[in-house]
Amino acid sequence: MWNAVVAWFTPEVVTVLIAMIKTVVILLTVVIGSAIIIFIERRLLGLWQGRYGPNRVGPQGIFQLAADMVKMFFKEDWTPPFVDKLTFWIAPMVAMSALLLAFVVIPVTPSWGVIDMNIGILFFLAMAGLGVYAVMLAGWSSNSKYALLGGVRSAAQTVTYEVFMGISVMGVVALTGSFNLRDIVLAQQDTWYVIPQFLGFLTFAIAGVAVAHRAPFDLPEAEQELAAGYQTEYSGLKWGMFYVGEYIGVVVVSAIIVTLFCGGWLGPGPEWLAPLWFVAKVMLFVVLMILMRAAMPRPRYDQLMDLGWKVCLPLTVLNLLATGAYILYTGSTP
Amino acid sequence: MEIAFYTAAAVAVIATLGVVIGKNPVHALLCLVVSLLAVAMVFFSLGAPFAGILEMIVYAGAIMVLFVFVVMMLNLGEETVAQEKQWLKPGAWAMPALLSAVLLVQWLLVLPESAAAGAQTVDARQVGITLYGPYVLIVELVSMLLLAAMVTAWHIGRREPTE
Repeated sequence: MWNAVVAWFTPEVVTVLIAMIKTVVILLTVVIGSAIIIFIERRLLGLWQGRYGPNRVGPQGIFQLAADMVKMFFKEDWTPPFVDKLTFWIAPMVAMSALLLAFVVIPVTPSWGVIDMNIGILFFLAMAGLGVYAVMLAGWSSNSKYALLGGVRSAAQTVTYEVFMGISVMGVVALTGSFNLRDIVLAQQDTWYVIPQFLGFLTFAIAGVAVAHRAPFDLPEAEQELAAGYQTEYSGLKWGMFYVGEYIGVVVVSAIIVTLFCGGWLGPGPEWLAPLWFVAKVMLFVVLMILMRAAMPRPRYDQLMDLGWKVCLPLTVLNLLATGAYILYTGSTP
Repeated sequence: MEIAFYTAAAVAVIATLGVVIGKNPVHALLCLVVSLLAVAMVFFSLGAPFAGILEMIVYAGAIMVLFVFVVMMLNLGEETVAQEKQWLKPGAWAMPALLSAVLLVQWLLVLPESAAAGAQTVDARQVGITLYGPYVLIVELVSMLLLAAMVTAWHIGRREPTE
C-alpha cells in the first residue's frame, strides 16, 4: 500500500504538484492581497484627507474588511427584471478574471511564477484588451442610461489607451530583444529600464491607470455625473466581483510596471530577499496609485481623449524611434 | 496538442454558428469574440503563438470592441430580434449551405495532402523578418491605405468652422 503511494509520486508527478502548489499560492496571494488593499486604501485616503477612515472594527479597524465581506455575502443578489440576464452575469466574471489571468505571465522570483511564456508581455496586453468587455457588457446589459453612458465611455477610453500602451512597452522589448518577461527582468541587472526608457515608463504608467479604471481615469464610473456608471444596477456578490476586480487590476498593473521598468525581483541582498523586493516594489506603486486618487482631480472627457491621442501617442512613437536609432547606432543586435 | 486543436476548432465552429443564427446582435458579437479566441487557440496549437496572440489583441481586443461599441450606440431593441427571426426563414439557408458544401468538399480533397501542422514554432522574430523582407512592399502599401483611411476619418469627423 505505502509502496504504491510512493511509486505514484514519480519525479514528473512531483514537479507537476509543486508547480500547481506554487500557482495556487500565487493566486491566493493576489486575490487576498487585492482585498486587503481595499482596506489599506480607505485608511490611507482618510490619512491624506485629514480624517480617520474606518477605524472601529478591531484594532485600527483591521477587521473592517471581514465585516464588509460578511455583509456582501449575505446581501440579496438582486438581478433587475429589465436586464439582459446572460451578459449581466458574464460581465462581473470577466471583470474579475481577465486581469487576474494576466498575472500568470509575471515572474515573481527567479524560481516562482506561473507560466514562462515567450510572448509574455503580449499576453498581458491581450488580457487587458479583453478586460474592457466587462465594463461594456455591464453597461449595455443593465438597460439603464447611466450604465450605458459608463460603458460607452469605457470602450472609447480603453481603445485609446491600449494603442499607446502597446507601443510604450516596445522600447523595452527592443532593448531586451524578447517578449519574455523573465528575460526582461534579467536584462535589468545593471540598470533598471526606468532610466533609459523614462518616457516609456511614464506613458505606460498612465495607460495602466486608465486600463485599471482608477482615478483620475475613472470616468466610466464617475459618481458625480453617472451615479455609479456601469455598476449602477449591480448588487451583492456580483458588485463585489467588480469591486475586487478593480483592485486586482491595480495589483496586476503595478506588478507589470515593476517587472518591465523597475527590475522585478532584483535588488541588493541575499537571494531569499527576492520575493520581498518584488512585493515591496509592487506595494510602492499601489500606494502611488492611491495617492493619485487622493490628489488629482478628474479631467473632462475630451481632455482625457486629447491627452491620449495628442500627447501620449506621439511621445511613445518618438520613444520607440529613438530607441530603435540607439540600437542601430550602437549596433548591439540583441 | 492534437486534442487542443480539435477542441478549439469545435468551439470555433459552434461559436460561429451562434453568430449566424443569433438573433440578439450583442449576443451574436459575443459569440464572434469566442470564435476569434478559439481561432487564436488553433494558432497556438499549430505552433504560431505570435499570430495567435495578435489575433487576440487586434481582433478580440480592439476590432470587436469597436463593433460592440457601435451596436451599443445604435440601441437596437425588440424590433431587431423580430427582424432577424424573419430573415432566418428556412429558405434563406439553401444557397449559403450549398456554397459552403462545395467549399467543404474541395477542402476535404485538398487538405490531407498539404497538412503539416505544428512542424515548427514560428516566433515573432521570424514573422518580423518575413514581413520586412520579401513582403516589405505589401506592408508599405497597407500602411498607405491605413493613412488614407485615417485622413478620411479626420475629414469626416472634422467640425465645419461656424461663421
